[in-house]
Amino acid sequence: MSLSITLTLNGATRAVALDDMRVTLLDLLRERLAMPGTKKGCDRGQCGACTVLVNGKRVNSCLTLAATLDGAEITTIEGLAKGEALHPVQEAFIKADGFQCGYCTPGQIMSAVGLIAEGRAGDDPERIREGMSGNICRCAAYHGITRAVQEATRRMAEEQKGDAA
Amino acid sequence: MKPFDFLQPATIDEALSAWTDGAAWLGGGTNLVDLMKTGAVQPDLVIDITRLPGLNAVEVLPDGTTRIGALVTNADLADHPEITARAPMVAEALLSGASGQLRNAATVAGNILQSPRDAFFAHQEPASDPLASAGSLSVLGAEGTATAVNPSDFCVPLVALDAVVELQGPDGPREIPLAGLHQLPGQGARTALRPGELILALRLPPEAAGFAANARYLKVRDRTSFAFAMASAAAALKIDGGRITAARLALGAVAPKPWRVAEAEEILTGQAPDPELFARAAGAALAGAVEIGGNGWKIDLARRTAARALAMAAAGTPARIPALPASPFGTTAGDHAHA
Ligand SMILES: Cc1cc2nc3c(=O)[nH]c(=O)nc-3n(C[C@H](O)[C@H](O)[C@H](O)COP(=O)(O)OP(=O)(O)OC[C@H]3O[C@@H](n4cnc5c(N)ncnc54)[C@H](O)[C@@H]3O)c2cc1C
Ligand code: FES
Ligand code: FES
Repeated sequence: MSLSITLTLNGATRAVALDDMRVTLLDLLRERLAMPGTKKGCDRGQCGACTVLVNGKRVNSCLTLAATLDGAEITTIEGLAKGEALHPVQEAFIKADGFQCGYCTPGQIMSAVGLIAEGRAGDDPERIREGMSGNICRCAAYHGITRAVQEATRRMAEEQKGDAA
Repeated sequence: MKPFDFLQPATIDEALSAWTDGAAWLGGGTNLVDLMKTGAVQPDLVIDITRLPGLNAVEVLPDGTTRIGALVTNADLADHPEITARAPMVAEALLSGASGQLRNAATVAGNILQSPRDAFFAHQEPASDPLASAGSLSVLGAEGTATAVNPSDFCVPLVALDAVVELQGPDGPREIPLAGLHQLPGQGARTALRPGELILALRLPPEAAGFAANARYLKVRDRTSFAFAMASAAAALKIDGGRITAARLALGAVAPKPWRVAEAEEILTGQAPDPELFARAAGAALAGAVEIGGNGWKIDLARRTAARALAMAAAGTPARIPALPASPFGTTAGDHAHA
């Protein structure tokens, strides 16, 4: 069967004709919409490399069928920066050395953006580690990742205060 | 993956009438899509139920019953103020399961119906699933057969609190206790669901909230976070004047279903809480356990997990769910130095 869906991808409306219901959001992004920033690690929900935001919530795009997403709003790593200005989480990963090879990094960053929005961890390193446990880093850059999420959490809280004032 | 057709019904009636042989309901998809990738499940038709109206609420009814819609996500339920207030061990169990990403997609109904991990082996070498291990065979309720444990954390406190499942199917609505949803080898299918039946909601009876002050879920796993249980326990006590007036104990990851232990509850009731009592109750809980495939360690582990969960419950529900939910480890020492 075939199905047409419309979704908002990083702010732009995209009409997508699906000729195969098996296509996951991950494969849709990488192979059909030329958005290879989102990575495939395990394809089974076990590593977090494929993390994106769907309607503002972090999910594993490898376990999400594209067909389910009519009307959804998707944010990928390609949609975080505003032009040349990096997102605070991206900047914090660079500053805190939150990676080595970088393969897990798009998923780590999207997961961190989701975690910070959930507001459950704050800047407590133990809660951050627990909240980021769905993202495996084969290079074990965990120390830097935790620091990056702490740093970004603080900075985003300050910016929010600044905006409110 | 085998090709399939896809439907996204807008009403419950539409969904029910779309059902045919070979169809599968799709909730968050975190279990079903995974199983479809291995070929273990091969539906001809996938019916996405996530747009069905009216299944997304958590409400407390006038009599004190908590009613939870089937489509509430695991993440939303764990954060819901009525759940953290009335059934804190349910929130703790949810937060100890899977990952932040998976909990955002996973639904209430999908969680309680998730397949045992051995389903993934149907078309694979066992070694290819790093999340399963020798510890996943049942030591209770399997009559010595090699039967995988029920892997759900969520189900363990639910069965301890007498949760009820509301169903709707081709023959109309019915309800069954959660304790009767999963079946043992010899009882027929893995669950008591009939073809084409949908879970619409879960209910926690009013009595559940009476345990909120002394209720914990404890989960022992291969790594601190993002791993299935090797053994787990949900323990809930009502303590009045230094005596236990009511007790609930259920074990996870030891049997093909969440394992409620009435014998242990009887031993606890009327007694003053103390470690010797908890050890005796835990011993009774595992009394019928049978080792299989060299997993005798699991029996010891489950017994100690049950005793420890009872002690943690007696100490009182923490004001906030710990940084490491359901973990035997307290907060570990600060941020690790990079050696
Ligand atoms: C890497 C990984 C780690 C995990 N770790 C844990 C863990 O530590 N602890 C734990 O408890 N779980 C764990 N899980 C399992 C996870 O909790 C389940 O995958 C999830 O809860 C399933 O919910 P879902 O909505 O995605 O279900 P789906 O995949 O959509 O559905 C699961 C099953 O339920 C059926 N179904 C769904 N909704 C209904 C309904 N309303 N009525 C009737 N049938 C329905 C489907 O047809 C399917 O058979 C893990 C999963 C993964 C992938
Ligand atoms: S690729 Fe999706 S979790 Fe690994
Ligand atoms: S930086 Fe290499 S996998 Fe994480």
